[in-house]
Amino acid sequence: MNEVRTSEILETIEMIDKECLDIRTITMGISLLDCADSDIHRSCEKIEKKILRLAKDLVKTGEEISLTYGIPVVNKRISVTPIALLCAVSGGDPVEYALTLEKCARELNIDFIGGYSALVQKGFSAGDRELIESIPRALAATEHICASVNVGSTKAGINMDAVKMMGRIVRECAELTAERDSLGAAKLVVLCNAPEDNPFMAGAFHGVGEPDAEIHVGVSGPGVVRAVLAKADKTLPLNEIAELVKRTAFKITRMGQLVGSVASQKLGVPAGIVDLSLAPTPAEGDSVAEILEEMGLESCGAYGTTACLALLNDAVKKGGVMAAQAVGGLSGSFIPVSEDAGMIRAVKRGTLNLEKLEAMTAVCSVGLDMVIVPGDTPAEILSGVIADEAAIGMVNLKTTAVRIIPTIGKTEGEHVNFGGLLGEGDVMHINRTGNAVLIGRGGRIPSPMQALKN
Amino acid sequence: MKAVITTVGKDRIGILAMMANACADNQVNVLDVSQTILDGIFTMTMVVDTEALSVPLSDFAAYLQELGDKNGLVIRLMNKEIFDSMHRV
Repeated sequence: MNEVRTSEILETIEMIDKECLDIRTITMGISLLDCADSDIHRSCEKIEKKILRLAKDLVKTGEEISLTYGIPVVNKRISVTPIALLCAVSGGDPVEYALTLEKCARELNIDFIGGYSALVQKGFSAGDRELIESIPRALAATEHICASVNVGSTKAGINMDAVKMMGRIVRECAELTAERDSLGAAKLVVLCNAPEDNPFMAGAFHGVGEPDAEIHVGVSGPGVVRAVLAKADKTLPLNEIAELVKRTAFKITRMGQLVGSVASQKLGVPAGIVDLSLAPTPAEGDSVAEILEEMGLESCGAYGTTACLALLNDAVKKGGVMAAQAVGGLSGSFIPVSEDAGMIRAVKRGTLNLEKLEAMTAVCSVGLDMVIVPGDTPAEILSGVIADEAAIGMVNLKTTAVRIIPTIGKTEGEHVNFGGLLGEGDVMHINRTGNAVLIGRGGRIPSPMQALKN
Repeated sequence: MKAVITTVGKDRIGILAMMANACADNQVNVLDVSQTILDGIFTMTMVVDTEALSVPLSDFAAYLQELGDKNGLVIRLMNKEIFDSMHRV
C-alpha cells in the first residue's frame, strides 16, 4: 500500500472542515413490487415489513462510516418503487401509502423517503391520476416523504394533460401547507427524463428496471471546487480551469465511491451508482453560484453564467466518471436557488432572474430547483414553467425538473425561510403573460426527432 | 487496518504524550508520526495499526473525539483507505 503524505491528509481535512466536503446522502433503493396486494392495508403491511427489514441498519451504518472514516454522511435516505404502481393493484386512498412510508422513516430515523411518484410521460394508467391527486394531502400529512411526477421524456414526448394537472397540484401543495411557508411544494418535483436510480431528493424513486435493493451515493462538494478556483490565477485560461475542476471532482467522487462500497458491504446490499453531483448547501462557501463567480463573474446571472455552468457541469462529469465504478442519477451540477448562498444573494441583488435560470437549466444537471415565486401565481403559469422545462429536457436528451414554490401570502421581494438543507430566499418575479389557452389544450407534444435513434 | 489520527489545536506540553498513551491504552500501534507547528497551531498526523485494538473501532473513534473536546483539540480518526482512494489512481 502506498504511504500517505501529510500534505494529502491535511488537504483532505481542510476539504471537510473548511470547504464543507461531505457525503450528501447514502440512499437505499428498495423495490416494493413484491409488496403489491389487492388489499391496500395488506400492501402497506408488506411495505413496512420489507423496508424495516432491509434498511434497519442504514442509519447506524452511515453514522459508523462518518465516525471511522472521518467524513460526514449528512443524510440517510430511501427511494422506493413509484407508489402509483402499487395503487394500480390495490386501489384505495394512496395517502395510506404515504403514512406507511412516514412511519418507516420515523422508526428508522431516515431523513427522506422518495418515491411517492407516478410516471406519466406518455399517458395515465391505473393508479396514476389517483396518486397525483393525492400528492398535496400526502405531503401535508407527512414530513419525510418526497413526491415526483415524470411528465415527459425524449422517447415519449410531453404529456400536456399531466403538465396542466401539475400546475394545479403544485398550487394545492403550497395551499395545504400555507402555514409552513408552503413547504409542501418544496417536496414535490415535476420531471422530464427522470433517472430511475437517483439518490437525490425530491426526485428519487426506485425504477422498475432496478434490482430488489441497492445502495446509491450522492456526494457534495461545491465548496471544494470553489476553494480550488479561488486559489487559481485570475488570468488562467478556461481550459486549465476545466482541468482544475476535473481533478477536484475526481477526488470527491473517489470518496463517494469508497463510501458506497463500504456501505454496500456492511449492509449486504449491492452497490448501485455514484451520483457525480455538485450539490450546494445554504452554508457559506458551499455554493455553485460562487464557483461561477470565481471563474470571473461579478455575480451569478451576469452574461457568461450559462457558459461557465456548461464548463463546470461537463468537467465535473469528466473528473468523476473515471473515479466511480458506476455512474448514474442526475450527475452534474445542481442549481437550487434557496439551497445556495450565492444564488440567494444573486436573486436579492437582482442579477439572477427566472429567465436566466431557465437558460442555465439547459446546461446543468437538473432544472429549475427550489425557486420561490409569489403565492398568487396562477396554476396555468406554473404549468407553463413546467412545459418549458420539460421541452428543454426532451429536446436535449437530459433530465430537467421543476421544483417551484408559490409561497402563499408572500409577494415579490419578501423573504422565506424553509430551514435546514432546503434553505431560504427571496420571492422572485414571475412573468404572468397569459398562456391559459395553450395549457387548456392538453394532449401531447410528440417526441422529437432526437428520439428516433434506432 | 491502518488509520490516520490527526490532532489539531493550540500547542502546549504533552499533546504527543497524551496521544501516544491513548493509542497504547487501546492496543493501537503507532507506525508513523509527523507534526508541525504553524503560528502556534499544533498539527500532528499519526499513522496507526488498529489490528489489535481492544474495543470496536467506532468506540475508539468516539473516545478520541471526546478526548479532543476535553483538551481543546480536534482529534479525528480516519480509515487510511480514504486517502489512498482520494489521492491515488
